[in-house]
Amino acid sequence: MGDFTTTELMSIFAMQGFAGISLFSVLLLMALGLAIIFGQMGVINMAHGEFMTIGAYTTFFMSEFAVSYGMVDIYFPFAIIASFLIAFIVGYLVELGLIRHLYQRPLDTLLATWGLSLIMQQLFRSTFGAREVSPTLPDWMLGSVQPTETIDIPINGLFVLGLTIVLTAGVFYFLFKSKRGVHVRATTQNRLMAGAVGINTKRVDRITFALGCGIAGVAGAAFTTIASTGPTTGSLYIVDTFMVVVFGGAASLFGTIASAFSIAEAQSIMEFFISGSMAKVLTLLFVVGILMMRPEGLFASKIRK
Amino acid sequence: MKLRVRNQLRIAVRHSLLALTFTFCTLGTLATAAPATSKVNTTDLAVTDDSVTVGILHSLTGTMAISETGSVEAEKLAIEQINKSGGVLGRQIKIIVEDGASDWPTFAEKAKKLLVKDKTAAVFGAWTSASRKAVLPVFEKENGLLYYPTFYEGLEQSHNVFYTGQEATQQILAGLDWASKTLKAKKFYLIGSDYIWPRTSMKIARKHIEKVLKGTVVDEQYYPLGHTQFGSLINKIKLKKPDVIFAAVVGGSNVAFFKQLNAAGLTAKRQPLLTISVTEDEVLGIGGENLEGFYSSMKYFQALDLPGNKKFVQEFKNKWGNDSVIGDVTESAYLGPWLWKWAVEKAGSFDVDKVVKASENLEWKDSPHGYLKVDKNHHLWMKTRIGQWKRDGQAKIVFESDVIKPDPFPKGYQ
Amino acid sequence: MEFVKERLLGGKEGARGILILAVLLLIVFPLFLDIFRLNLVGKYLTYAFVAVGLVLCWGYGGILSLGQGLFFGLGGYAMAMFLKLEASDPESTKIQSTPGIPDFMDWNQLTALPWFWEPFNNLFFTLIAIIVVPSIFAFIIGVAMFRRRVSGVYFAIITQAIALILTVLIVGQQGYTGGINGITDLRTLLGWDIRSDSAKYILYFVNVVLLLGVIMIGKFVITGKLGRLLLAMRDKEDRVRFSGYDVASFKVFIFVLAAAMSAIGGAMFTLQVGFMSPSFVGIVPSIEMVIFAAVGGRMSLIGAVYGALIVNFGKTYFSESAPVLWLLLMGALFITVVMAFPNGLAGLWDKYKDKLNRDSLKNGFRSLGKREKTFDIKWPKITLPKFRKKETEVKGVPSNIRGDHA
Repeated sequence: MGDFTTTELMSIFAMQGFAGISLFSVLLLMALGLAIIFGQMGVINMAHGEFMTIGAYTTFFMSEFAVSYGMVDIYFPFAIIASFLIAFIVGYLVELGLIRHLYQRPLDTLLATWGLSLIMQQLFRSTFGAREVSPTLPDWMLGSVQPTETIDIPINGLFVLGLTIVLTAGVFYFLFKSKRGVHVRATTQNRLMAGAVGINTKRVDRITFALGCGIAGVAGAAFTTIASTGPTTGSLYIVDTFMVVVFGGAASLFGTIASAFSIAEAQSIMEFFISGSMAKVLTLLFVVGILMMRPEGLFASKIRK
Repeated sequence: MKLRVRNQLRIAVRHSLLALTFTFCTLGTLATAAPATSKVNTTDLAVTDDSVTVGILHSLTGTMAISETGSVEAEKLAIEQINKSGGVLGRQIKIIVEDGASDWPTFAEKAKKLLVKDKTAAVFGAWTSASRKAVLPVFEKENGLLYYPTFYEGLEQSHNVFYTGQEATQQILAGLDWASKTLKAKKFYLIGSDYIWPRTSMKIARKHIEKVLKGTVVDEQYYPLGHTQFGSLINKIKLKKPDVIFAAVVGGSNVAFFKQLNAAGLTAKRQPLLTISVTEDEVLGIGGENLEGFYSSMKYFQALDLPGNKKFVQEFKNKWGNDSVIGDVTESAYLGPWLWKWAVEKAGSFDVDKVVKASENLEWKDSPHGYLKVDKNHHLWMKTRIGQWKRDGQAKIVFESDVIKPDPFPKGYQ
Repeated sequence: MEFVKERLLGGKEGARGILILAVLLLIVFPLFLDIFRLNLVGKYLTYAFVAVGLVLCWGYGGILSLGQGLFFGLGGYAMAMFLKLEASDPESTKIQSTPGIPDFMDWNQLTALPWFWEPFNNLFFTLIAIIVVPSIFAFIIGVAMFRRRVSGVYFAIITQAIALILTVLIVGQQGYTGGINGITDLRTLLGWDIRSDSAKYILYFVNVVLLLGVIMIGKFVITGKLGRLLLAMRDKEDRVRFSGYDVASFKVFIFVLAAAMSAIGGAMFTLQVGFMSPSFVGIVPSIEMVIFAAVGGRMSLIGAVYGALIVNFGKTYFSESAPVLWLLLMGALFITVVMAFPNGLAGLWDKYKDKLNRDSLKNGFRSLGKREKTFDIKWPKITLPKFRKKETEVKGVPSNIRGDHA
């Protein structure tokens, strides 16, 4: 590396650090919704990716709308809220019609939600067309920040990072500080007792599931800034998402954060030195290997088996 | 939203008008005597006195539907136009559409159905290399006829297939020459999705850069299909500081790649980039603002200022809506039915072997991308063009090569 | 004789089921379908191998693997490697820069056959490898996971990840594997053209006979003590463990058996379809195959075959007439089967039969006692409520009270 000045190397180092953090925030954002659904409720939602796609298409529609009314600069926050609401409502309905009948059979939720994801993909395709779309992004979200001459920090990466922090804090607040969060945790830990003290556990389930879906919707909206929006976009994320949640230890939010961080750093560092395909294979092998040693993930959950 | 609805209404009205004219035309053609069926069809194809059946085989569902939709639209348009102009040998073309469902064995199964059960006279379809490889043995065994629209890696030539897209050298060599001459590029960075087309293309590109252009390849990287995080790659590019990035990333990865490239400050002003995997279709997903200033090497751009193209674009939009865009592959797909029609008429027969023979040296002077000729090796003679993307998703054509002879097995590049 | 009847056929009831299936596959289909459709049925039946394996390891063993495509693919690739080598003799590949190696290797600048391809020149080795390689794979995965007591959802997700790893590897190492295109253009088996119609007929019958054989092996397993142990493990693993049984070994065994069955299916697929591609190794086909088993009935070996046939007939039929509708239907099918008929077609059939029996009992035609002997229909009805109950317990009782895990 003789050709490079120290400043250049330092800049690359800094940017590579940010690439890792950025990947971390993406993984965490993907996994957050699922961590709630899978971790707290034990439901394996294979349609998680499609809830993200709902968010992405909502953003696309808001952007079309914004373009025709000249509000491109300000629509994005509203698009995120709308994505959350729509995904939340769809999630609520899905819980009502499908999931609540299957709580006793986690493996069957896997199959049923896979069916759901097929249906949703085809509905996206029939409604929005098979081609990919691209929301018009406000100008302030394009390009990069340059703290020094040689360092570029992508704005959309910063945006995703910020959103992830806010959302994670929100989820923590919800689960550990709000009354409803107490209900959720009570229900997860002991459904019978929770019911006995007057918590409407069915309602809690519904809200929890819908919340997880809503967060997936927000993730989908945020990812329109860094990746593609199409009928099958969701399927790009689903395996990674599950790996993050399972690796972290299902019922632990801290675990999810730790696992997103370690997977992201492992992958981005390896990608820098070896080829992309091999980095992917090695990352997955590393995760599978550790899971074989520690089947319950990094942070063992309270409910074993 | 409203706009869309109105558009669809307009399309609907137009469709009914088309249907009307279509009926009149059919009546018209029936009047002229067509050659006897027993003469033009000696191999038991689905040809009757007033109709001939062809197949369209693309993915309507699954991950590849994103890319293949345009091809289906173009093929349907071409067939409709041929029917309006009197059909083939006085016979109206009937279409059987089959869904390959983005799954290669399904492609093989459907290809077999189209040939064995439906006895189609020709099939327009397959898009990915993998689907073509899956159907190829079927076409060869049943002696069917396939028109394959996608630009691809070459290294193939079959009696039963016509390749209406570019083989690798037609897309790459002239483009690299241009980059070396105009952009004064010496250091190239090669990036592709990890499968056969990008790998073969990059292999050819590397040989050409090192041996002919006397430049250097500073790095060559491949990412799995569906990969969406390119932060580390972008940093590697920044470290190596190439003069030009040469990219063949496809699908959802393509969108992520360009969005992140742009966000990391590697815009066209700072980092020239030449790609062989972005057409107008892809721009829809990537967004013009993320591509502004980058170059694509293709044979066709929607913005081409040619009489044949103007007409084609207008008619495509009339049929499929004003918002629709036409990429290189869509245009290649449009060529298939026409090339088949002329070959059939030149041969005076639907028999596959006669059509294949008649296709050789077939010329089309004002195709949407200009002059073309069918070579003996079943590929087309065509030009390479370099387009520079603009914010509105259209390209400005900055370079045009001479007509290039197709060379699917390039000597010295293997 | 008694052994054959009770163990291989699964009693009178089971024998009747196998007989009907055999008549349908060996006589009715070949008589009434043309070779094109029959070849398609043959292709569907190769998936039935996987589905039968899944009935054993999922329905009976309670191990849901979302990576069965992995074994199907390995078996298929082993077969394809042999056929490809035969198709790449120096004569027919003389235009390559290195004649005598498969075309895709030549395109990727390989100048010699890689070492792990060499043994596949030998048919005998290949046939053994088809069974042994996937079994070893399954054994390693099984031992690693079941010894650590990975189960249920975790196992499903990890197998999924392994399937993904292998797909990325196959696609990425295209010089050695043919990449995303797979291994295509396979022509002959020891000089015998597998693409001809007569070969297709023969392969179809070989396929059916193998499938019936696999079903009988399955019957043998579930009618024996092992079958009962598997069910017991599925419903109350710890109790079986405390009774002194080595739970992990049984799980490994059934998982390996299912893998070997899938591999046979894969090899037959390659022979009948003429190529193998990584699209079979991935996640989507693996999950689809679980659905075949679920539709047929996760507790019924024969039901799994019908499941594979019916879902694929539907897929072909609807995708010829209305492709868009098909995906919606397939999705709806997943959901309906899981929600309304957890025991699939076989479950429905049993219910119907019960009703018939009850009616005939009223009329005094038949005594219920006769039916007690058969396991095939008895197990699901008895065990299903338990299966549900166990899950409730895990959810409802906090671990600090339960405390029964090691």
